[in-house]
Amino acid sequence: MTMLPAATPPKRLGLVIDLDTCVGCQACVVACKEWNTGGYGAPLADQRAYGADPIGSWLNRVHGFEAGEGANGRTVHFPKSCLHCDNAACVTVCPTGASYKRADDGIVLVDEDKCIGCGLCAWACPYGARELDPLAGVMKKCTLCVDRIYAEDLPEGEREPACVRTCPTHARHFGDLADPNSPVSRLVADRGGFDLMAEMGYRPTNKYLPPRPGRSGCGAAPVALEDASPKGGFLGWLDKVLS
Amino acid sequence: MHPTFSILLFTTLAGTGYGLLFVLCVGLLLGLLPTDPRLGLIAMGATLVMITAGLLCSLGHLRRPERAWRAFSQWRSSWLSREGVAAVLTFIPAGLLTVFWVAAGAAPWPLGLLAAIGAVVTVLCTGMIYQSLAPIPRWHHPLTTPVYLCLSLATGLVLAALLTGSWLTPSLPWPHVAALLALPVAWLVKWQWWQRTDAGMPTATIGSATGLGKLGRVSLLESPHTGSNYLLNEMGYRVGRKHAAKLRRIAVVLGAAVPWLLLAVALFTPSPAFAVFLTLLAALAAVAGTLVERWLFFAEAKHMMTLYYGEQTV
Repeated sequence: MTMLPAATPPKRLGLVIDLDTCVGCQACVVACKEWNTGGYGAPLADQRAYGADPIGSWLNRVHGFEAGEGANGRTVHFPKSCLHCDNAACVTVCPTGASYKRADDGIVLVDEDKCIGCGLCAWACPYGARELDPLAGVMKKCTLCVDRIYAEDLPEGEREPACVRTCPTHARHFGDLADPNSPVSRLVADRGGFDLMAEMGYRPTNKYLPPRPGRSGCGAAPVALEDASPKGGFLGWLDKVLS
Repeated sequence: MHPTFSILLFTTLAGTGYGLLFVLCVGLLLGLLPTDPRLGLIAMGATLVMITAGLLCSLGHLRRPERAWRAFSQWRSSWLSREGVAAVLTFIPAGLLTVFWVAAGAAPWPLGLLAAIGAVVTVLCTGMIYQSLAPIPRWHHPLTTPVYLCLSLATGLVLAALLTGSWLTPSLPWPHVAALLALPVAWLVKWQWWQRTDAGMPTATIGSATGLGKLGRVSLLESPHTGSNYLLNEMGYRVGRKHAAKLRRIAVVLGAAVPWLLLAVALFTPSPAFAVFLTLLAALAAVAGTLVERWLFFAEAKHMMTLYYGEQTV
């Protein structure tokens, strides 16, 4: 059913992504593709993977942005996947009931057996979080590794999304954002985590942590070159004798 | 947004078809159309063929069309589902009306009324599919659905003028007169839509999309992938905007000016055969102009997703 859950889910599982520590290594992108091509639903198809114009569906992509100018400018690596919005328009526009939001943990999923591949949910998502699989003809999106986080055959420490597990700089955190005392909620509170395009009112679950401010003055003023005509001292005497 | 040909054909053909259905039903309800079975066969036949062809075109847009029946289930939340339900339900009174008209030379008014309502509701749902999409600010405008309704009515009237004209002479061919009134009104609404959506302030920026706006100017440094992807193919379309001004003029000339002049001349032509010929040209021009308008509707629309691929504002 593509109505959103009547009540706010008791748990809001999601990711907190640290834009300060992400180094843009793309490990999460690859780990996501690897896990999800063999897990939930149809494989994440690639076409012409070694050809001139390869194309395929990926659930997580890392964009690179430049923010600020001059000495205060910085490069920000920006991972983006489904934000599992509370007010998920991708769910309500779905004509078939394939797109749905789980009432108990808020994860937004696609039932691939019901999807007709009309693409309307991708149009309804301002974040570009959904990609149609070119071969299976059904919509693909981040599942928050729903087949990992509840997998009882995995050791408890491994029951987290593949992207979180693989991140070498701990830029990705997974947890319950409905619980104000969860580590992810505290991280958001401490670091001033924010919503992407909050003005659009989709109320995304995933939060982003802003890059920390740079050290003041670092790189702001060019370091002066050594004075070629030193005053006083041995070098001053030498300069005077030789010139 | 990428203008997919199946959607352009669907909204143009079915839009015209539902407009025609509405005009025929209102004509019958007001007693302005003869219930001649031959007219019923031609007019309702053309209506049902256009609507059915349009709906079949819309299936071409689905990657899994064999599951299309599932799209009737989510009418409580989805405008696309509502459109499907309304389109199929409208077939019932429209089909029965055709049977009565052709077989018995009768047009029971409840069938006409229901079919007219069904036609309006279906086109309304089509417009609302687009109008309800907030990530595409140009579509998310209160005039979007009125444009769909007005153009559907105007093209439907031109078609009605073509199909019923020779039956109505020598009395006043009201579809011609109504089309002469509806065409300028419809395109004036469309012109307003262009003006207002051009003037709209950007809804979101690359700064708000990334949350990095407070650090200063934000720009895309590197794309997340070297090739294209579904998002860019589907929503990153930019070619149309380059020639938008010229295409708008082409749409207005083809869709409004040419059919208006042809209909006006047809109205005063002594030869009925020549009048029908002129009206046929008017109908072709009106549909072609609407097709150009529909193409621009997609090609000019920017999706917020493109902010993550280098657009500064949407």
